[in-house]
Amino acid sequence: MRTLRLVGVGWWMQLKNRSRSAFDGLLSILYPLFFAATIFLVYQQNGDPSVLVSAAVGASLMGIWSAVSTTASTTLQGERRQGTLELLVAAPTPFSLVILPATVSMATIGLWSFVVTLLFGRFAFGIPISFDQPVVFVIAALVLAFSLGLVGFLQAVTSVRYRAAWALGSLFEFPVWLVCGFLVPLSSLPSWVAPIAYALPPTWGVSAVRAAAFGGSPWRDIALCLLTGAVYALVGVLIARRLVDSARGNATLALT
Amino acid sequence: MRTSLRIFFIGGMTSYRALFHWLTPWILIPTFVLSPLFQLVFFVFVGRDAGYADDTFYLIGNAVQLASIPCLFAMGNTIGNERYFQTLGLLLASPARRLPLFLGRSLPVIVNGFLVSLVVLVTGALLLRVSMAAAAWPEIVGVLVVTSFSCTGLGLAAAALALRVRETAVLSNIIAGLLIVFCGVNVAVSALPAWMQPISNALPLTHGIEAARDLAAGSSWGQVSGLVVAEAAIGLAWAALGIGLLFYFEVESRRQATLELA
Repeated sequence: MRTLRLVGVGWWMQLKNRSRSAFDGLLSILYPLFFAATIFLVYQQNGDPSVLVSAAVGASLMGIWSAVSTTASTTLQGERRQGTLELLVAAPTPFSLVILPATVSMATIGLWSFVVTLLFGRFAFGIPISFDQPVVFVIAALVLAFSLGLVGFLQAVTSVRYRAAWALGSLFEFPVWLVCGFLVPLSSLPSWVAPIAYALPPTWGVSAVRAAAFGGSPWRDIALCLLTGAVYALVGVLIARRLVDSARGNATLALT
Repeated sequence: MRTSLRIFFIGGMTSYRALFHWLTPWILIPTFVLSPLFQLVFFVFVGRDAGYADDTFYLIGNAVQLASIPCLFAMGNTIGNERYFQTLGLLLASPARRLPLFLGRSLPVIVNGFLVSLVVLVTGALLLRVSMAAAAWPEIVGVLVVTSFSCTGLGLAAAALALRVRETAVLSNIIAGLLIVFCGVNVAVSALPAWMQPISNALPLTHGIEAARDLAAGSSWGQVSGLVVAEAAIGLAWAALGIGLLFYFEVESRRQATLELA
């Protein structure tokens, strides 16, 4: 119960904090709109309205990853810069339980971007918002966002020793959009991409959202999204424990 | 004169190295090589999926556009990072002439933008197996130089705004996003809604991208020279606006004592 409270309060505090940041809050909503607008304009040339609706769903989901990819990498750098990293590590609370709510809060801000981009497509481009299973669509989007928060958690803890972590975070933005089938179906990519895609939670999340939107059963994909996300979280917890022990042992926490 | 030249060349280079601080390959390669290439590949596959244009279209559009990333961010950082390191007040209190001071900072940035564009164009052409006539390459490279210059002009205007806006990274990202949408990078300007086209024509990149695409399609330098001149003129206009705004905001910051408050 205490753990749940810690995660819940941490998530809410981080969400409020980030919502007031121009970079984490405003830009996370605005920036994906530029890509969405470009994508809508490209697919508009196709002339097939159903293709445009599919692109609208994919482009809207892209914003969730945008909100996580760069900021998650810089989470620990930010704490270090503010002088709070040592306090977090010294706290009796497991370090992972402090970082996880932060990255999930980033994905939550990404959900704002998701909604805004859908509305942008509806009102600026006249793309109809009508889904086969609206409730399941929302559940699938929430699961996708949560799984991206878990991926972000792994990214945050692995970049603790990388001073230029933001560069690494930005680097992953386009590949994840492409490989996980946000817009382009996996079948259109080279065959060697498929195993990489299947190991990434967003692939299953995006597939679940599409199934909920356009017909099909999304539950298997939702389960796989959660399962792969949980694996990422577990790896993240183990790495975080190892890195914190190493930093304590070598007294290097504030130095990297 | 000698002092101005020193400020222009040595000051500009020192500022670039200190404020942009992207000398480590751990930042330089992901940001200037890998990430731009990923953007290119992403839009190539999107374009193939949408069935809109061929790979050459996206290769040239994105390669030219990617010059704008260093041009915008580095110029924004010349002001934003001075504030971050608390040296902006010292800089503006110095007797150094402002024109060589700020223009000198733009020279390394133009080279940086050009090199990013060139790397993406060459690597992208090899990756995607896009072939262009050998004679077109030097002319396209010339267009890249002009486009890098014009983007830096816009970057100078953005840098001036950084005297008023604290979040320079947000500002640069928004301007970069606008360029992707408006400048015909992934959709030809002629296919954009009519209200967007006048804005496209007033921005850097638009004419440069069109010129590079025409050259790749077999046009001669003479046929695209009008576009290249327009691109350079737009860059000059943005640079002049940037210099004007820098002077204005500096005076206002002194008058209202708001230099560190933006």
